[in-house]
Amino acid sequence: MAAESKSDQPDDQQNVSEDHRLYWRKNLQLIAILLFIWAFVSFGLGLAFADSLHGILAPLPGTPLGFWFAQQGSIFTFVILIWVYAWRMNKLDDEYFTNGDE
Amino acid sequence: MEIQQWTAILVGASFLLYIVIALKSRANSTGEFYVAGGHVPPLANGMATAADWMSAASFISMAGLISFSGFDGSVYLMGWTGGYVLLALLLAPYLRKFGKFTVPDFIGERYYSQTARVVAVVCAIFVSFTYVAGQMRGVGLVFSRFLEVDITSGVMIGMAIVFMYAVLGGMKGITYTQVAQYCVLIFAFMVPAIFISIHVADWAIPQIGFGMDSPGQGTSLLQRLNGLHEELGFSSYTRGGGNTLNLIAITFALMAGTAGLPHVIIRFYTVPRVRDARTSAGWALLFIAILYTTAPAVAVFARTNLIDTVYTEGQFQSHESMPEWFKTWEGTGLIRHEDHNGDGLVQYVGAAAVDGEGQPIRNELTIDRDIMVLANPEIAGLPNWVIGLVAAGGLAAALSTAAGLLLVVSTSFSHDLLRKWLKPDLSDRQELMAARIAAGVAVCFAGYLGINPPGFVGEVVAFAFGLAAASFFPAIFMGIFTKRMNREGAIAGMVVGLVFTAGYIVYFRFLHPELDSAENWWWGISPKGIGSVGMCFNFMVAGIVRSLTADPPAEVVEMVEQIRIPEKP
Repeated sequence: MAAESKSDQPDDQQNVSEDHRLYWRKNLQLIAILLFIWAFVSFGLGLAFADSLHGILAPLPGTPLGFWFAQQGSIFTFVILIWVYAWRMNKLDDEYFTNGDE
Repeated sequence: MEIQQWTAILVGASFLLYIVIALKSRANSTGEFYVAGGHVPPLANGMATAADWMSAASFISMAGLISFSGFDGSVYLMGWTGGYVLLALLLAPYLRKFGKFTVPDFIGERYYSQTARVVAVVCAIFVSFTYVAGQMRGVGLVFSRFLEVDITSGVMIGMAIVFMYAVLGGMKGITYTQVAQYCVLIFAFMVPAIFISIHVADWAIPQIGFGMDSPGQGTSLLQRLNGLHEELGFSSYTRGGGNTLNLIAITFALMAGTAGLPHVIIRFYTVPRVRDARTSAGWALLFIAILYTTAPAVAVFARTNLIDTVYTEGQFQSHESMPEWFKTWEGTGLIRHEDHNGDGLVQYVGAAAVDGEGQPIRNELTIDRDIMVLANPEIAGLPNWVIGLVAAGGLAAALSTAAGLLLVVSTSFSHDLLRKWLKPDLSDRQELMAARIAAGVAVCFAGYLGINPPGFVGEVVAFAFGLAAASFFPAIFMGIFTKRMNREGAIAGMVVGLVFTAGYIVYFRFLHPELDSAENWWWGISPKGIGSVGMCFNFMVAGIVRSLTADPPAEVVEMVEQIRIPEKP
């Protein structure tokens, strides 16, 4: 893409790489947020704080909360995280790389 | 009908399905053989990835493992699913954009180095073979228990099936058989799980059932199980016993290892676009999560059923009163009862058990944890066809994973070693032929390992994850996210990560197994979790070496720029 614009429109190349930088920064921000949640539910709620959460029976009447996060909740959260990432990034792709090229 | 007839019918029908698919999807070019031409729809790739990933270990062993380890088993559940988050966010979309055929391809080109490529090839082959041996053993186990053929013929039949679709169809054949295998294995896992959940907890959804009240007991199922554990001197089911840092290290090593396993990564080369790589990761984890969130429920049901069988209303039961399944599995040697005190009762107790006078009680029952899923339908008294179904599901899980791994081995030879290194003038047809021959040889070698399993298969699988975590994952991650990472840094990092991790595991598992306990481990981290530390060393060494050596060439930096953005629509 960059090579193509280099040959005919030198001004455009500046914009494209500026766009790329912005796109990449947004991608990194999104990754940072999602990975924070990823670590919090698994290493945090599921392991490090599991013992302190043992007395809380949630979300089901018989499951200690830490145990539930370690064996159920973290996995559900992982699935949601990937779908949120796919949905946000596919939208971001459209914003930066479909409309911009028209 | 008898169990054996049902098993023969269901296993036979599923094999027939795989063969039909194999014949319909022959590969005609290396592109089709390696990545199914890059035309796999994301939903289908999600199913294929799920089957590729969920091995005999996930299907047969995991629920049993959790059943016997309770809370501490969570590391496997989180480790083997959380890796997909890393894969989907940090690796898969960019590797799809890079768009070659193998993991060593990426390492070799990103680090402009034949050495890096060869290191990656050796790791990929080692990791895949260790893994495949376990699959073939699973095939043998299912055959010998349910069809009463000996393990050798069982493995031969399995090999013949894999040979058909892996050698003829390559990735194209594997992909569509894996889609079918996913359907077979998830159905086979869920049907008994739902039956047992209704039976034990009065709920059709196992994920809900295991957290609800135990019918007629006035307490929840998990509390009741914890109570039984306390009475019998086992540690609490829902509470961790181990060192938290060690559990975190193990979980992280399994996660990074999962994300770095070549047979999983190459599945993401098969979808048409970058965005499809993201959504197919979402589908894959969703399909995996169905099994992975059911397994802990099955573990609780199985554990409760097992204890209730030998210990009813506060009394150990006599060996004569044990049900049919108990005796069948005793016949295979996988359940063993040694009546130490000669009272005819089956005393199943944990380390902390004491009798009325405070004297310790000796445990008399040994159960191989691998049988829990296979025996579960019998324990719960389910109809015979369900047992046959479980056998077919276990085989689907083992064969689908074996095929994916064998493909990695074959492409590593034909593409990375021959075409890219030793004989660059190979034509596409010759390369395809080389790939088929390599796949054929790999199938036979895997079969040999299945018939004569090295005694250390279990140990070596932990090895595979540790090595993938300490080598592939950091190398690929830095290749995408740090433009300035160079050849010297990446190779130094991989070598240090590999040598440290392998050295630690070999020292504690093979050279000095007597020292393999928490007080001797560094920072209290077990060999299973040491891949996390190896990964940190990899990152540190790579960073230091990079800062002392030359920047990567401009065309490599440009390549990284290109990987980071999606393709033109």
